Amino acid sequence: MVAAVKIQGITKHFGAFEALRGIDLTIEPGEFFALLGPNGAGKSTLINLLSGLIKPTSGQISIMGHDVQTSYQQARMALGVVPQELVFDPFFNVREMMRFQAGYFGCGPENDAWVDEVIEGLGLTDKAHTNMRQLSGGMKRRALIAQALAHKPPVIVLDEPTAGVDVELRQMLWGFIQKLNQQGHTIILTTHYLEEAETLCERIAMMKSGKIVALDTTQQLLRSHAAKQLILRLEGTVPAHLHTFIKHQKEDLVIFNLSEIAQVETILSALRQAQVTVKDMQLQEVDLEDVFLNLVGSHGGQA
Amino acid sequence: MKSLLTWLNPFYWLDSHISSRRRGVYTLFKKEMLRFWRVAFQTIASPIMTALLYLLIFSHVLESHVKVYDQVSYTAFLVPGLMMMSLLQNAFANSSSSLIQSKVMGNIIFLMLTPLTYMEFFVAFLAASMIRGLVVGFSIYLVALCFVDVPTVHPWWIITFALLGSALLGTFGVIAGIWADKFDQMAAFQNFVIMPLTFLSGVFYSIHSLPPFWQAVSQLNPFFYMIDGFRYGFFGQGDVSPWLSVSVVGVFLLALAWGCLKMLKSGYKLRS
Repeated sequence: MVAAVKIQGITKHFGAFEALRGIDLTIEPGEFFALLGPNGAGKSTLINLLSGLIKPTSGQISIMGHDVQTSYQQARMALGVVPQELVFDPFFNVREMMRFQAGYFGCGPENDAWVDEVIEGLGLTDKAHTNMRQLSGGMKRRALIAQALAHKPPVIVLDEPTAGVDVELRQMLWGFIQKLNQQGHTIILTTHYLEEAETLCERIAMMKSGKIVALDTTQQLLRSHAAKQLILRLEGTVPAHLHTFIKHQKEDLVIFNLSEIAQVETILSALRQAQVTVKDMQLQEVDLEDVFLNLVGSHGGQA
Repeated sequence: MKSLLTWLNPFYWLDSHISSRRRGVYTLFKKEMLRFWRVAFQTIASPIMTALLYLLIFSHVLESHVKVYDQVSYTAFLVPGLMMMSLLQNAFANSSSSLIQSKVMGNIIFLMLTPLTYMEFFVAFLAASMIRGLVVGFSIYLVALCFVDVPTVHPWWIITFALLGSALLGTFGVIAGIWADKFDQMAAFQNFVIMPLTFLSGVFYSIHSLPPFWQAVSQLNPFFYMIDGFRYGFFGQGDVSPWLSVSVVGVFLLALAWGCLKMLKSGYKLRS
């Protein structure tokens, strides 16, 4: 089967600055894939390369088997990109913009049923004849997504689609995107909300300084990079041989890092022997944010 | 039942009959047409009004003082010049303002993501610009006919120069729209390049009324040939031969279109 997106040896320099330093990545058709990384990691540069907005310094990218440089028309036909910036054409209404966007891709009146489906699916029916200028921020965001879907592309890229969007709209958007994914569309997303990537995406690539630092299934990433944390409130002094487990300690609060669940018993029995009293106990699953901070470093910028 | 307006809308038939292969360029052309049509007071009516005010004032003040050609009143002499001037300015304004707005607003990205070729991009912007220029130019003619009798001795020269002039400035507009990053730069281009070239091209006078030095300078201005050739079509007389004019304008248009296509192909300022 042809890969939805195949990225081989991509580098991109802006003058002396190396924005991307050798990216290799294959995304299969039908995947729900997340691209995570702090600001300046190169996520948007990579997306701009996919969509042909910028040219790579070296390497190749193909969308559904079409090279984005040499077969750019077929590659762009297969791709729908939702830009990060809230941009719009002030002269037209939502339905007109969608029809124009579909038209650029060669889709005519036969595509109108799909246009209506997208407008409805994104809750834009009431606003279909409203000028883009008069839409609220949230509505503009929906219209932006609708435009990217106008030509029914098999591969959909969403560059931080939920930045500055309220919870209700976020859930609505994800419901719609998940439906598209179930219909067979490949979804690639970058987001600042790690819990979104954790619940929605099957596979995740984490980027830092123009490189992919981790690439795995979401479950595997969570499993391999951290397991659990034991949070205790104690009365007494923690024995010295347990100090290697301590992640954080403040007054009576001590957080232990565990690589496996059996270590809970080891710690508790050592505390008993040292006659330390446990006042409170909590066992916590590690989330993607911890993995992320662990990989890209706490100074890597915001998650 | 479809309303009469629907049937009169040229896009109504085209929308359902255009082939899938041509639909991209057609859609961009349609969008560019609607963009100026939606604000027709600003893009069509205003330039017509301005040209008519020029006509009214200049003809009133100078009618009895200036005689350029025998048997042609100054007011009649002025009409083709004003038509061409407005045609050129509006053809330029259409492509340049559309592009600079899209760039500043950021919505140019919607075009950059499409499979449109650079040639299709050029053709769509150019065609819409030409049509706006031609609509403004010929509307001025129709309104001017209410005040003054303007002959049309060689209609084919009129059409040729109208087409060449609008194409040249439409192309100029695409180049300026891509080059400029800010409205300020665009205004500079318009006021320091386009306006002087237009005003110093013989819109209001024959270059024969200028001192020899300024006559020679005027002959270096390609806009002069557009206006002179256009005027020849109306009166059958001009400052230079229409064949010379058509050659100069044709060569200039080819050079500009070549440069513009090269810019678009390379992705200059659009794709880095």
